[in-house]
Amino acid sequence: MRLISRQNDLMGRRGLVIIGFAAALSGALAACSPAPKPASNAAPAGKAGSTLATVQKHGYVSCGASQANAGFSLPDDKGYWRGLDIDMCRAVAAAVLGDQDKARFVPLTGQQRLTALQTGEIDLLPRTTTWTMARDANGVNFTFPNYYDYTGFMVRASTGATKPADIKGASVCVQTGSITEVIFADVSWRQKLDLKPVIFDNVSATRQAFFSGRCDALITDASSLYSVRATQSKNPDDYVIFAANDEANPLTPAVRHGDDQWFDIVKWVFQAQITAEYLGITSANVDEMLKSEDPAIRRLLGVEAGYGKALGLREDWAYQIIKQVGNYGEVYDRNVGKDSKLKIERGLNRLQRDGGLMVPLPFS
Amino acid sequence: MTGFVQTQSIDARTAPLAARRSLFRVLFGDVLSTVSTLVILFAVIALAPKLVSWGLLNGIWAGEGTQCTGAGACWAFLRAKYPFILFGIYPPGQYWRPIGLIVIFIGLTLYSLPPKNWKTSTLWAWVIGTVVALALMAGGVLGLEAVPTDSWGGLPVTLILTVLSLGLGFPLAIALALGRQSDLKTVKYICVAVIEGIRGLPLLSLLFIVSILLPLMLPDGLKIDKLLRALVAMTVFSAAYLAEVLRGGLQGLHNGQGEAADALSLSWWSKTRLIILPQAISKVIPPLTNTVVVMVKNTSLVLIVGLYDLLSAGRAALADPAWPAPFAETYGFIALIYFIICFSITRYTHWIERQNLFGVNR
Repeated sequence: MRLISRQNDLMGRRGLVIIGFAAALSGALAACSPAPKPASNAAPAGKAGSTLATVQKHGYVSCGASQANAGFSLPDDKGYWRGLDIDMCRAVAAAVLGDQDKARFVPLTGQQRLTALQTGEIDLLPRTTTWTMARDANGVNFTFPNYYDYTGFMVRASTGATKPADIKGASVCVQTGSITEVIFADVSWRQKLDLKPVIFDNVSATRQAFFSGRCDALITDASSLYSVRATQSKNPDDYVIFAANDEANPLTPAVRHGDDQWFDIVKWVFQAQITAEYLGITSANVDEMLKSEDPAIRRLLGVEAGYGKALGLREDWAYQIIKQVGNYGEVYDRNVGKDSKLKIERGLNRLQRDGGLMVPLPFS
Repeated sequence: MTGFVQTQSIDARTAPLAARRSLFRVLFGDVLSTVSTLVILFAVIALAPKLVSWGLLNGIWAGEGTQCTGAGACWAFLRAKYPFILFGIYPPGQYWRPIGLIVIFIGLTLYSLPPKNWKTSTLWAWVIGTVVALALMAGGVLGLEAVPTDSWGGLPVTLILTVLSLGLGFPLAIALALGRQSDLKTVKYICVAVIEGIRGLPLLSLLFIVSILLPLMLPDGLKIDKLLRALVAMTVFSAAYLAEVLRGGLQGLHNGQGEAADALSLSWWSKTRLIILPQAISKVIPPLTNTVVVMVKNTSLVLIVGLYDLLSAGRAALADPAWPAPFAETYGFIALIYFIICFSITRYTHWIERQNLFGVNR
């Protein structure tokens, strides 16, 4: 009995301690978010309360990223984020803060991404988000598409097929519940292909089925097809990818409603990258180009002053983007194009001059 | 004739040993055993050579992604990626910090296992250890580089979520369990509503609520960290389940205990603190550890709110186009880590059940 009462006394004190423990820990975790650092460069200060002012105050741009999407946003072995969408964010950081590494990435799921943007958790959402009317009308502003995707078929190269008409009557692995399922039905009906769907309920099962020969073709977003081909086929050259229809899917970085200045900045950061490619300015030759006589180049690189100020940025904002991140062509080739493992053709993402959809706006 | 009276007591005898059954009889004693033995034997014989040739003979142990094209296991992938899987996107130069957190948590756990260490000082050790471990991860103090929670990942996140959701959930659970037994009708119904409400929701939907609905409902400018939000959901979830386990302990307690305390004119608080709770909790230690195992595994669900726990870090590693995505090896590695944690907990439960705690025999 004596033993029990001593033990019980311990337990009793423990009860009180536990409650203190709870309070202490909640405090500790709340205090864990590191304090914002002061802005470390002398750009013109944004209006109080604006996104630009917040970004300058924090000293970093906060961007939404995917959890894992090769070529678009994926941390490498060292935890350094890489990808086409990541470089969009780094370009904004270079323009606004003068340093491409002053960008932070918040991994988000598909369901979370728009909420995170609307609530101010992130300043910019470059996360393979399709520009749709409903999304545009409901609280976000889409800037310029930074990647045009399309729905594609992947088939074995040995079949010799290069267009949908070549795979009449084929069985096709489709993931159920995806937008692809609808597109698949449309394509099959419209082009009278009589395709036979083999339906799976998850992505990996769908891919496994295709590679194990369960179906003749695999249908999904072309960017995913390239990624699958690079990672999961024994020999990527054994497979070919072609478009299922002539529709483009514009993946577009978005910002919040209600901050026109920030909207303009993000739009022109992207414009600076395609204009640089149009003018032939690369990260390698940008310092040479500063001496150029070409008025268009002088305007873009801030040699002729006034264009940075119009956006509320330093005059060398575009120079910093090109110097640190590169022009659009460099960004594309490095992340998804010929210099990457994915090797996606430029296609729709070429400049308008070269037959694509990327239109440089007048930079004047 | 005098009557025979035994004057000396007879020593207690040990119970006869249960008849030892030979291994042969265990395996082939009756029809059912024979059939199941043969089925298992056949499965092992059929699968073992494949496993050996896949994992050992044809396995690729070192090298680049391009070498992993054969029929063998791609262990080289794990060799290249294990830091990423264990620590997520934490800055690589700072890996000693998450390692420090793991060491602190495991050390504290090992120290707390034997009942003789269940003292107030141990609790304080946990409080201080947890604060130190979190400060180590977050940085920004003592010259440590600040690392935002968005860059935390892997095993530390799994451990933080487990330890904190249980540590913070337990006091909450005691309050809920006591409230449910309360004579005050309002308190009782509020507690019943909270417990049943949370138990009626899957953890997934709770996580969705805190990660998507909560930020929309908060006033402008107030932002709660994503990890903290997931932790809140997991804490209330574990509290509701722990409360129901504790209720079992409270109901299993003999009425006489409380009545005796009343007869000694102890206040309600002293009665609960000194008589009721210690006995109730010691009765339910095995089911409590069961809830712990469930919560360890539940942490993997934070995948759906965009946190890089062990499982999501593994999936992110798999997305690297430089490697042929060896799913089986990666998931096997992660499963092994979960197994080590959960199996240790169940072994501990077995051991603790055999201990004679608080004079309560089981």
